[in-house]
Amino acid sequence: MTKIADVVDKLNARVICGEKDLSREISFGFASDLMSDVLTIDTENLLLITGLNNLQTIRTSEMSDISYILFVRDKKVTPEMKELACENNITLLVCSYSMFKTCSELSKIGLKPVY
Amino acid sequence: MDFTFNIEGGNFSKAGTASSEVKKILKQLNVNSKIIKRTVVSLYEAEVNVVAHAFEGVMNVDIQPDKITVLIEDKGPGIPDIDQAMVEGYSTATPQVREMGFGAGMGLPNIKRNSDLFKISSQVDVGTKLEIVNYLNSI
Repeated sequence: MTKIADVVDKLNARVICGEKDLSREISFGFASDLMSDVLTIDTENLLLITGLNNLQTIRTSEMSDISYILFVRDKKVTPEMKELACENNITLLVCSYSMFKTCSELSKIGLKPVY
Repeated sequence: MDFTFNIEGGNFSKAGTASSEVKKILKQLNVNSKIIKRTVVSLYEAEVNVVAHAFEGVMNVDIQPDKITVLIEDKGPGIPDIDQAMVEGYSTATPQVREMGFGAGMGLPNIKRNSDLFKISSQVDVGTKLEIVNYLNSI
């Protein structure tokens, strides 16, 4: 099992909100900028890796019971996104790496693909 | 229990607020989490459709001990060919909608997949009506 703190360490990620949940464990990673695709996922205990930084990324996660979102390439999290994420106990992380590099690194620390 | 929410066409910053309210209500009622997820994913997809395509819409949610019935009715351009709209990958969404992470032609099929009963009817230049039923004892 991989902890959120391991993800943060591996990627030198910044924690925007959800610091209290860093010791939680996650099993799966799903990388997509297409929220329609995220809404078809039925897997629990998942980290969403995305470059799409808008309010709908947070809404999609809220509806899909996704508790952890990682934004790649230093995407900016707006105050509205942060507020909605906090309200729904969603942890937000930001890293500088590309989506490809991020997925490759997360695979090394044990995150599994959904498909 | 009966709840009604208004949906504003074109306003993406508010898209999802109605579905979010329904999720809170279903959680308070201790509905099974898998049924909540199936239902709110359907409602959210439908809400995004109204925001993306229509001028305005209304979501009516009726919660009974055995089922949740949701009627989403919008005023808008309507869907000329529903069979085509149900084909995965077919979309008429604008670039703005695609920038929001939608418009891949997956919404309606995903709503159908997450609903026990799914009915859609539409009239061009009038609007679209969607009825979704999920049974609470289905899991």
